[in-house]
Amino acid sequence: MQIYGVYIVNKKRPVNLDIGTIQLPITSYVSILHRVSGVVLFASIALFLWVLDASLSSEESFNAVKECMGGTLCQLIIWASLAALAYHMVAGIRHLIMDFGIGETLEGGRLGAVIALIIAAVLIVLAGVWVWV
Amino acid sequence: MGMITNVTSFGRSGLSDWLLQRATAVVMAVYTVFVVFYLLTNPDLNYGQWVALNSHICMKVLNVLTVFSIAIHAWIGLWAVLTDYVTVRLLGPKATPLRIFFQLGMITVTLVYLIWALDIVWGI
Repeated sequence: MQIYGVYIVNKKRPVNLDIGTIQLPITSYVSILHRVSGVVLFASIALFLWVLDASLSSEESFNAVKECMGGTLCQLIIWASLAALAYHMVAGIRHLIMDFGIGETLEGGRLGAVIALIIAAVLIVLAGVWVWV
Repeated sequence: MGMITNVTSFGRSGLSDWLLQRATAVVMAVYTVFVVFYLLTNPDLNYGQWVALNSHICMKVLNVLTVFSIAIHAWIGLWAVLTDYVTVRLLGPKATPLRIFFQLGMITVTLVYLIWALDIVWGI
């Protein structure tokens, strides 16, 4: 069909930005990890509230929580949650900094992504030190 | 105005959601930094100290602000994730009912968290 000399194509157009077929830059991984860590944190809120409730309900349950903190499974879950929290916070602060117009260029975005990954990695190691040492 | 709004987004507008996502993030960051600092500086914390801290009016206000911030932040964040990935383009025509199902589930869990958390932090 042709209207005013322009061809109207009713066929479904191909989508060029199929992220499954293109190589992603580091900024994409930082963004995807921000989302993944956010979903993980949403699930860990249930555990956090359970622990908070127990820690405030009675002296017995407070001590039970403290005792549980000494177990390996408990420590692994806490460390994983702290890791998700640390990463999500660092990536979020990067967003806030970019909202102020800092690091908005292509190179600035890449540098910010690298810095965020390094700071998050350091915090995750420190969280491990806190839990186990 | 022909502005398209979305019935499942939190603030019904992108700008509102954008600002709320940042404001709630700052509240949660303040809570996190404070609580981590408190726990690091009180390694031999006992039940009495912990209850005293959480029953202080300033801490109660911070706790309630944080609880509301978590609920709003999670709603907006999960809305963004679901509307980006559970789409007709990626999953076909069944995506729309599936997304509505997940969104209502996410909203329900968020409200359960909110009520449970308020019960914990306000009842001390």
